[in-house]
Parts: sequence; C-alpha cells; structure tokens
Amino acid sequence: MSLNIVVLAKQVPDTRNVGKDAMKEDGTINRAALPAIFNPEDLNALEQALRIKDANPGSTVTILTMGLPRASEVIREAIFRGADGGIVLTDRVLGGADTLATSYSLAQAIKKMGKVDLILGGRQAIDGDTAQVGPQIAEKLGLPQVTYAEDILEIKNGHIVVKRRLENGVETVKAPMPCVVTVNGSAAECRPRNAMRVMKFKHATSPSGVAALSDSAKEIYSRRPELHIQEWSAADVDADPEQIGMPGSPTKVKNIVNVVFTAKENLRLENNDEAIENLVKELLANHTIG
Amino acid sequence: MANFYTDNPDLKHHLSHPLMQKIVELKERNYTDAEKFDYAPVNFEDAMDSYDKVLEIVGDICGGRIAENAEGVDHDGPSVENGRVTYAPGTQENLELCRKAGLMGMAMPRRLGGLNFPITPYIMAADMVSRADTGFENLWGLQDCAETIYEFADEDQKQRYIPRVCQGETMSMDLTEPDAGSDLQSVMLKATQKEDGTWVLNGVKRFITNGDSDIHLVLARSEEGTKDGRGLSMFIYDKRNGGVDVRRIENKMGIKGSPTCELTYKNAPAELCGQRRLGLIKYVMALMNGARLGIAAQSVGVSERAYREALAYATDRKQFGKAIIEFPAVYEMLAVMKAKLDASRALLYETSRFVDMYKIYEDIAKERSLTADERKEMKFYSRQADACTPLVKGIGSEYCNQNAYDCIQIHGGSGFMKDYACERIYRDARITSIYEGTTQLQVVAAIRHVTTGTYLSMIRDYEAQAVKPELQWIHDMLVELTARYEEAVKTVTEANDSAYGDFMARRLVEMAGVIIMSYLLLGDATRNEAFVKSAEVYAKLAQAEVAKHADFIANFKPAQLEAYKA
Repeated sequence: MSLNIVVLAKQVPDTRNVGKDAMKEDGTINRAALPAIFNPEDLNALEQALRIKDANPGSTVTILTMGLPRASEVIREAIFRGADGGIVLTDRVLGGADTLATSYSLAQAIKKMGKVDLILGGRQAIDGDTAQVGPQIAEKLGLPQVTYAEDILEIKNGHIVVKRRLENGVETVKAPMPCVVTVNGSAAECRPRNAMRVMKFKHATSPSGVAALSDSAKEIYSRRPELHIQEWSAADVDADPEQIGMPGSPTKVKNIVNVVFTAKENLRLENNDEAIENLVKELLANHTIG
Repeated sequence: MANFYTDNPDLKHHLSHPLMQKIVELKERNYTDAEKFDYAPVNFEDAMDSYDKVLEIVGDICGGRIAENAEGVDHDGPSVENGRVTYAPGTQENLELCRKAGLMGMAMPRRLGGLNFPITPYIMAADMVSRADTGFENLWGLQDCAETIYEFADEDQKQRYIPRVCQGETMSMDLTEPDAGSDLQSVMLKATQKEDGTWVLNGVKRFITNGDSDIHLVLARSEEGTKDGRGLSMFIYDKRNGGVDVRRIENKMGIKGSPTCELTYKNAPAELCGQRRLGLIKYVMALMNGARLGIAAQSVGVSERAYREALAYATDRKQFGKAIIEFPAVYEMLAVMKAKLDASRALLYETSRFVDMYKIYEDIAKERSLTADERKEMKFYSRQADACTPLVKGIGSEYCNQNAYDCIQIHGGSGFMKDYACERIYRDARITSIYEGTTQLQVVAAIRHVTTGTYLSMIRDYEAQAVKPELQWIHDMLVELTARYEEAVKTVTEANDSAYGDFMARRLVEMAGVIIMSYLLLGDATRNEAFVKSAEVYAKLAQAEVAKHADFIANFKPAQLEAYKA
C-alpha cells in the first residue's frame, strides 16, 4: 500500500536556547539573535511519516512549509533524513498571518497537492505554542483529526490507529483516512541525517536560494531536478486575499509585557503548622499552586 | 546537546592538511565517479564539503545519544543466552542510529554501497565515536574488516558481503585462541576441506570482540600437520549459515558495552578468503595494521574525553578560595594532558594520511599499472605508514591511559567515586595499550625503523620544513634532541647484543616518537595559532624524555642487565 503523506513543518527561532539578546526592548522576539531551526515536534511528525514510508514501500513524504523563502532549509533538512521533497508556500501577502490565516493558506496548498492520504504535523510550534494550526487545517479540509499522537500503531483498510498521550494517561483511537494527525514531543525522536542523502541533496534549494550557490553547485542544480524545491505563491494555491496574511488575521496583539523575574524580598517563615498553612493558602490564592 | 565535530576545531584543522588535496584526487580518480553516482563529489572542494557535512552528522550523534547512552551501556552491558549475544539497550540504539545515518562501510567504494571516504576522515569519525563511548567504537569500528574483504577476497565475495556491511551488518575478526594471543602462529582452529571443495571450521576462539557478529573473518589452520603461521588461512563465516555459538562473554574491567566472546565452531561452513597459507603472514598483518590505527583513534578519543572532563572539573571546583585550575600543580597537569592529546592526534592523522596514500595507490594498481613515480611514492608512504602505525598505537594508547589517570587525579576524591564519568574513562582506557598488540609488541614492530633509519629520515624531512620564527627555538632544540637520539641508537646498535638491544628498544622508539610528534606539533602551530601552547609544552616534555632515555642508555652497561632478571 503506497501512501501520499504530507508533513507540515515550520522553521522557527530556537527559543529553547535563549540568550540575553533573545528579546527586544518591546518584548518581541529578536529573530536575528536566535538561530532558525526545524520546529522540534515537526521532527517527531517527520519520524512518524518516515516509519510509515519504511513499512509501506512506494509511499511518498512531502514537506509543506509556509514562511520566508529560506524556509526551504527545513525541507532540505527533512530530505536529508528521508523525505522525498517539499513545497515552500511563500509570498509577501502571506506575512503577518495568525493561526486562522495560516491554516487557511496551508489548507489551500494541500488541496493543490492532489491525493493526500495522511497529513502529519507537530503538536505545536515553539515560537507560538498555540497548537491550533493542525486542528484548524483539519476543519478547513473537512477531515478527522487526531491530536497529541505519540505513536501510529497501524494503518490498514483506510484507517489509522493512533496512541495519544493525554495529561493523565494514553488513549488509543481509530480514524478513517485521510485525516490530520498532530504529533506530540513524547513520540519517537527523529532519525539522524543520512550521510549519503546529505551528499546527494546538499545543494537542494528553492528558486530563491539558487543565487547563493557556488558556480559548480549551480551547474549541478541545473541538471538535477531532484534538487529543486518548489515555491508556491498565494495565487498558486488560489488563496482568497481577504483570508490570508494581515487581512485574514483577526488576532490582534493588544499589549506585550516584558516580565523579568527578580527576587525582590525574602519571606521568613516560622517553623510551625500555622505559618505553613498560611503560606499554602497564599500560594493557592495567587494561583502559584493548585 | 554537544556536537563532537563542531565543538572541536582541531579535527577540522587536521582534515584540512595540505596533503588531503592529493589524497582526495587519487581516491576519487579525478572525480570520475560523479558521472555514475549522484552523491560523488565533482571536485576537491565538493569532496571536502561532503566530509565536513558527514562528520557533522557523526559529531551530532556522538555528542547526543551515544554519549548520553554511555553510562547506561557501561552499567547494563551485553548478555548471552542460547549461544546468542544481546547488546545493551543503549548499544542497540547506537547501532541503529549509525545505520540510519549511513555511517557503516564509510571507506568502502561506492559500487559496493559505501561512501568512498579516505581513511583520514573515517578515522576522524572513530576519534569522535570513542570520545562518546569507547566500547561502542569497537562495534562500529569493526567495519574495518570490510577493508580486508575488499583487499583480498574475490569479486563475488566482495559483491556478496561488502554491501551488507554498508547496510549496517556488523563484523568481527576471530583471531585469538586460549593458547594463541600475542603469538598467533599457534592458532589451532581447524579448517577442513570437504570433498565438494567447501570448508568447515571446528574449534574454539577466545577474547573475540563482537563475536556474535553477522560476518566473521576467521584465522584457521587449513594445512594439516603444520605448526607455524604458514599453515594458516583466512576464512569468511556468515552467521546466517550457523555453526558458531557464543559459549560465554567475558566480565571485563572496561569497554563493558563491547561483548568479548568465547566462540565454539562446530562444523561451521566457511569460505576461503584469498589464498591458502597467506592467512596470517599477509592478511592478518594487513588487518592488524588497520585495527591498530583504529585503536590509536580510540585512544585519542579517550584522551580528548579525559582532558575535557578534567578541564571542566578544574575550572568548576573551588578550593582555598579559587578554582583549582589556578594552582600550578593542576594547570601543569592539564597542559601536559592537552599536549599529549594534541601530539598523539597529530601523529594519528599523519599516519592516516600515509595509509591513505599507499592504500589508494594499491587500489589504483588493480585498475592500471602505476608509473615509476607512483610506485616510488607508494613504497615511500607504505614504509612511513608501517613505521608510524606502531608508534601511534603504542604511544597514543599509553598517553590515553596517562590522561585518564590524571583526569581522576584532578577530580580528587570525587574521581574515585562512581558519580563522575572519569572512573569509566579510566577503566575504558586500560585495554587500549593491550589489545591489537601490547605496547611492548608495538616496540617490536617499531624498532626496525630505528635501526634501518626510517624514523631518522622522517625527522630530517620535518627538520627541513619552515617554522614560525617565534617557534624557531623548538626547532633548534629538536635538532639537538635528534643528535642525542642518533648517539643513543649508535650506542645500542654497536653493542651488538640482542638481549641488550631488546631491553633498550622501548627507549629508542620513545625517543624517536617524541621527536616526531614534537615536529608535527611544531608544524601544526606554524599553520594554526591554536597549537602554539601545546607545541611549547610538548617540546619541553620531549626534551625531558629524550634526556632521560639518553642518560639511561649512556650510563648503562650491558652486563647490568643481570640485575633485572627474575
């Protein structure tokens, strides 16, 4: 059984390795100070896709990402690890999108991709932490969705069986395909880059990246179509201008507060039951615990 | 998570040595593979970029999972049941990662599924794997055995076995027996040829690293009635055929993740590899040279780890109101550790390049006849490699033991506890100066290069190279040390007493070794500022070592040997 699998991936600033320059004065992310990486849970999703491909020869794994042209880097990274190729959805008019506009744009792109059996993505991206894009894509495409997936147990007769990691345990669910599955960080780590694939695909890039290649790399690029990562614009996916980018994003940031934790004062407690009880009550009241 | 390649710029320094251009050009036959294989380089820069990117993968896996798994692997170890070995869970994960990353069969040609890497970047990978988990380096590094199949087996055998190694099947070299360790001429495992021409093996092997591997190279006695090395042949045993069981695995002091097996062969079917009777005298000698270079890389990896652990602790640990690294007694130890590390690594990659040069010529010679100049060059590098291999294995393994010792010493009481990695490093280091030929046997292999002058001519070549003006003093000092070395060699050889010569051999080899390594570091420091301190520290060490040995030899009378006899 060969399957067409789409993996949604995002290039994100590495918020896990935050230095002191990571935030600007106004509280927004200083993207220049943070390296751009493959969103970690999208790598978990990629691993699930590659396992399905291993078990079902002939399947294809295609990465779909929206962002700046250089987001083709995450596609190349996925190719190094075993993906077949990918598409960068990139267009000035797509910029400034919230999760609603993003999921609309990605859903439009998926519609353009032909027959898709399974859409996988990470649970959430580390730059926004919303976990909304995957589920919204499912809604827009009218597909079932399975979130918090930890392991894909079976794909058979048009159904997928998924183990979900929930707050208080695990749940195993069955869904008809095609469907959208968002993968949790507790799922298997993504396999490493493969040496042979790295050598083969090191010059893979989208049209916007060709200028940066060396002359000999350009020559190789020109005669090897497997190195060509596609770029799609908003028009390519027939996106309604009102539903993308800024116009399509109802979410408005009202205010950003730069919170810096500092220990201003020490509280000295007496070592008796009454003092401890008061402390617990206080912590409950201000929602520090409970 | 650390990346053991990008966090260690010394590796890239050695990878970018000027001789690499020639090595890569020859290895890639002027980049003709690019027409047939889409992952082959089109030019030198492309090849170097590919090595760099692949080594980054190795560094990532090593600095990540393999290093993280090392403690668990040391604790769990492998187990044996019904004649089969099960690796520790961490080892299984490590192997799977290396397979997925395509890091097996790295040096094999592309037509057999390999990456066609020269030995030098392959050894660099071994250096990193060992730093992450010294025992695992054995399992991964046994892909070396594919080299022996490539060099000596017939085309059909190459086609059947080498692609399997590239896909991640593991190998072992079954040489040692209960009564044949250092003395492999005594191997007794019996190979019997049946009427249909096929062979079966019967007998016992002991101390076999990864003895339950998929593909074994086996040294066995094929010539009935013979007693020496000329009656031994090399065989390939495929585990799929059955007939070899693991009777037990050893409970070792270190490298506990690497299963050391006792094997029983009961009518185990096997194929002859190469020609009869050449098993020990030709094939094992070649196999051992490759394996010794591997152990040298393993030793350098251990030295690196020991140095880093010691440096981190000494920087962190405060006593008497300051970090202990600020005390001369401690910073001297660290500087000497670093110098020994850098010196042994310099020799490791110098040797790797020599091995690359002659092995690539040997391989080319299978395709076409070499020109007179090429033959001359092959012979030259073959000799250099032959001279340097025992030196780097011998001295490199001793240095890694010394560094592991000093690493614990710097940790003080904490280092004696199981809480820090240094105690494992210390246990893991210990085997490096024993297996694949003890340090004492490396001296036996090296001493002829003292007496025939290979080392001296190497030293003369280094002497002629330009150095940074501010390091001229090291050069001048090394010229003096060389004179003392020559004098010591003369004293020993003129005595014409073989017992006395054997007794002094270690000293002469060490003198040559420290002078050569000092020159190599001087060259490194001339190319790269980062090596200046190590070059200076090591030169002082070399000076003291040469003086010590020279004095001992000058003040020793052959008759005094009697006092040393039990």
